[in-house]
Amino acid sequence: MVNIIWFILLIIGITYSIISGNTKILNDEILLSAKSAFNLILTMMEVTVLWTGILNIAEKSNLLKKFSNLINPLLSKLFPKIKKGDKALDYISSNVAANMLGLGSAATPFGLKAMKELQGLNNKKDEASDEMITFLVLNTSGVTIIPTTVIALRLAHNSSNPSGIILTSLIATSLASIAGLTLDYLIRRKHK
Amino acid sequence: MSNYVIPIIILIIIIYGIKEKRNIYEDFLNGAKEGLLLIYNIIPPILAITFAVNIFVKSNFLNDTLLFLKPIINIPLEVIPMALLRPISGTATLAILQSIFSLYGPDSFIGYLASTFQGCTDTTIYVLALYFGSIKITKTRYALIVGLFADLIGIISAIVVISIVYT
Repeated sequence: MVNIIWFILLIIGITYSIISGNTKILNDEILLSAKSAFNLILTMMEVTVLWTGILNIAEKSNLLKKFSNLINPLLSKLFPKIKKGDKALDYISSNVAANMLGLGSAATPFGLKAMKELQGLNNKKDEASDEMITFLVLNTSGVTIIPTTVIALRLAHNSSNPSGIILTSLIATSLASIAGLTLDYLIRRKHK
Repeated sequence: MSNYVIPIIILIIIIYGIKEKRNIYEDFLNGAKEGLLLIYNIIPPILAITFAVNIFVKSNFLNDTLLFLKPIINIPLEVIPMALLRPISGTATLAILQSIFSLYGPDSFIGYLASTFQGCTDTTIYVLALYFGSIKITKTRYALIVGLFADLIGIISAIVVISIVYT
């Protein structure tokens, strides 16, 4: 997938620049893009390293677990077929909790474990179950409280209010989640 | 309001860590080490994607071809490739975000809009491929449609919310 997109971006970018006679800009860009890539990495590095450090404290002290216990009852309403106390639900809430705090790297292992548990409850092993789809909608529309990377990038570009996007992002991401879950619910009901 | 969120979360985390008698300094160092490794692993993809995205954006192809959209939708065209690429690649949209910030600044209307795009949805197609792939599910049924629908609503909400707050 990314393979094709990478190819398309480059082929259009280079041929269009040549056709429209922008070869000077094209050459500059080829040489400068590595520089801007490393700038981006350095910018992200500062906050990512700091934040993974802070969140590791939350994980090791079981605060993350506590936080996920808090949202567990809410989630069990979304997954009525999963029995209370099932491991799948624990992993799902840990995944959602980690995503909320902007801890994508910790969220993924929980998410993969959740999928494995859901597969155990699944009747058709090559087909996605209702629960898997609901979980993935929840995951990808991901309610994020702190979009760390974006804040870091804004800070690096001298924003006067780097964290000023927390509320607007929260509203947009919540609406996305609600819309996704509603459509998921409607499709589920129709299939019955 | 936004300015309180991060400090308060950090306070809660360190106080709880001490209460649970953890060596929070050590935990921080170990976590930071993981963060470094994470950064190390994304250097090659960031480099590859920034290279392609910058050449594409600077070629002016989109500005020239999407010119007809300008009277219809009243948003800066630079965010369109970002909205389109968001479900596929986080690094691609990050590269676009970077170039928008350096062109217009993070506190401009388009800067706020692009920030919210990045913060409000995830890389749906990538996540579906990874999660379903890990348990060898081939029939994904309506998962992609619902996921992309949520992304679309997220993007539309971002435009509406930023338009209200910013203007």
